[in-house]
Amino acid sequence: MSIFVDDSTRVIVQGITGGEGEFHAEQMLEYGTDVVGGAVPGRGGQQVHGVPVYDTVQRAAEEEDADASVIFVPPTFAADAIMEALDSPLDLAVAITEGIPTQDMSRVKKRLSEVDTELIGPNCPGVITPGETKLGILPGNIFSSGDVGLVSRSGTLTYQVVDNLTERGIGQTTAVGIGGDPIIGTTFVDALRKFEADDDTEAVVMCGEIGGEDEERAAEYIGAEMDTPVVGFIAGRTAPPGKRMGHAGAIVSGSGTGTAESKIDALNEAGARVGDTPEQVADYVEDLL
Amino acid sequence: MKLHEYQAKQVFADAGIPTPRSELAASVDEAVSAAEEVGYPVAVKAQVRVGGRGKAGGIELADGEGEVREAAESILGMDLKGYHVDRVLVEEAVDFENELYVGVTMDRGEGKPVAMVSTRGGVNIEEVAEEDPHAIAREHVDPAFGLHPYQARRAVFEAGVDRAVATDVASVLTSLYQLWDEKGGADAEINPLMVTADDEVIAADAVFNVDEDALFRQPVLEEMGEEGEFDEDELERKADEYDFDYVRLDGNVGIIGNGAGLVMTTLDLVDHYGGAPANFLDVGGGAKAERIANALDMVFSDENVDSVVFNIFGGITRGDEVARGINAALGEFDEIPKPVVVRLAGTNWQEGMEILDEDLVTVEETLEDAVQRAVEYAQEVEA
Repeated sequence: MSIFVDDSTRVIVQGITGGEGEFHAEQMLEYGTDVVGGAVPGRGGQQVHGVPVYDTVQRAAEEEDADASVIFVPPTFAADAIMEALDSPLDLAVAITEGIPTQDMSRVKKRLSEVDTELIGPNCPGVITPGETKLGILPGNIFSSGDVGLVSRSGTLTYQVVDNLTERGIGQTTAVGIGGDPIIGTTFVDALRKFEADDDTEAVVMCGEIGGEDEERAAEYIGAEMDTPVVGFIAGRTAPPGKRMGHAGAIVSGSGTGTAESKIDALNEAGARVGDTPEQVADYVEDLL
Repeated sequence: MKLHEYQAKQVFADAGIPTPRSELAASVDEAVSAAEEVGYPVAVKAQVRVGGRGKAGGIELADGEGEVREAAESILGMDLKGYHVDRVLVEEAVDFENELYVGVTMDRGEGKPVAMVSTRGGVNIEEVAEEDPHAIAREHVDPAFGLHPYQARRAVFEAGVDRAVATDVASVLTSLYQLWDEKGGADAEINPLMVTADDEVIAADAVFNVDEDALFRQPVLEEMGEEGEFDEDELERKADEYDFDYVRLDGNVGIIGNGAGLVMTTLDLVDHYGGAPANFLDVGGGAKAERIANALDMVFSDENVDSVVFNIFGGITRGDEVARGINAALGEFDEIPKPVVVRLAGTNWQEGMEILDEDLVTVEETLEDAVQRAVEYAQEVEA
């Protein structure tokens, strides 16, 4: 089992004729993802890597009976592309685009509350169910199928932790990057809820970072409702207040909220062990299995 | 992106928010003539993009030429919380009865904008927010509608603003929300919004931070941002020029990596193994030799740096390309300025490790080993 996506997921790519979209559509096809179409306004009727392109998401989703979209649209138009995906028959949109204005995402968030389609991202590496499918830019070769769910705000940190797990022979049910922006679709709690409901996920690794209160909310959920054990990691212990550490969302505010300490304490109180290093995270996971 | 006070005031004034008369000055003589123009008494205010200027000695009141001269002499050129004071704003000193606070920001937890009003404006608003959050009236805004007029009124009355100025304060809040919305604002604040004995309201300070990701729609603000770079140090300017996410810290272990989360983790590991990180530097995706050379130039330019750890986890980026880039960049030096420890992981990492020239760098296989080695090098230099 898995969460969000599996080998039956039919995928369209928004922005498939752009550099990133074309490259990663090919990478996804190579991995075995069922990429069934593309959506680019004005490019309907073309083909990219043998995949038909449509002018609208609606048309692509209907003609190809698609379930999900991966969005590689530049930040200027990305929020509109997400809105288009949310206003279609798709179940899931995965927005890879980095640099979408926060106010645009505020409007998207409002829309998300009105529709059934789910959003992962933006500014995320995507989601992978190893051996079955990947939607996004995650390097498929480092993942392997197994019992551990993984949810993270950061791409390369996810890869690092997966690397440490792989060394110990531990694979993943699904790994999902929820993105490093201040306002995102799927939150930690949303992902944890799905892992909790997934019979094959024996443990979950949650990689958070400074900024916001999503990790604290996740800790509340873990303490109150989760039976599946969680191992945490929080990046940014040494970050000074008021400085944005790369991700738009990774900033400790002047009044002291969003610190690594508060997140680590909350997770510990909820019974989740928090590793000091990625290696220690893998050790803790190994102890659980 | 942060605007200076003088820039934010210009933006606020253009939106119809009352601001005091003021002029910018870059020298003591300019400050004096600015004060003559504005009229005494004046406040002489350091223009640096950081909070708490008053407490740090960056704001002085002056009545008369002698006092202005003295204030400008002491403030211009000072180092204020790590920022260089190159300009002062000379502003009419407002005689006030009360100090209010109004602000608009994004509540990321709710995913919605929030408009705020408090009657406890002034230098301690952050403490007020912490200790007595109810002293700040908040209205969450549906981004599809914007701030309704009734919401602005409700915030003002809930905060307990005097009826005599309530309409004016609500109007300031409405203007502030609109400009925040139209100009891609991250935070817009007036603290204090002064209330005079004649029941006039006037914005005595102005903060406007713009969402950097929204700047593509805001050419005027982008230009203001460039104009305002006079308080930055050389390294920050270099980071802008190279287009890196860079934050300077106090330590001596330089850090280069890819991906914000992994770079932050590398910083944390330096600390964990007893070292002190000198910076955050995310080179982002791709492995172009020029980008690697620029990243090395950044950390080598920081005189506090004693050693460097270079940690790249290749996803789509290939380890062999990164290794060639590192060799090429370091090959340009007759002598490597500071020891560099490299760790490559992910796609084609083995090839990358073999390609790396061990006369130029120290190669480690794991992140933990690489960080420990760099910390050791830095400690050897210190010893």
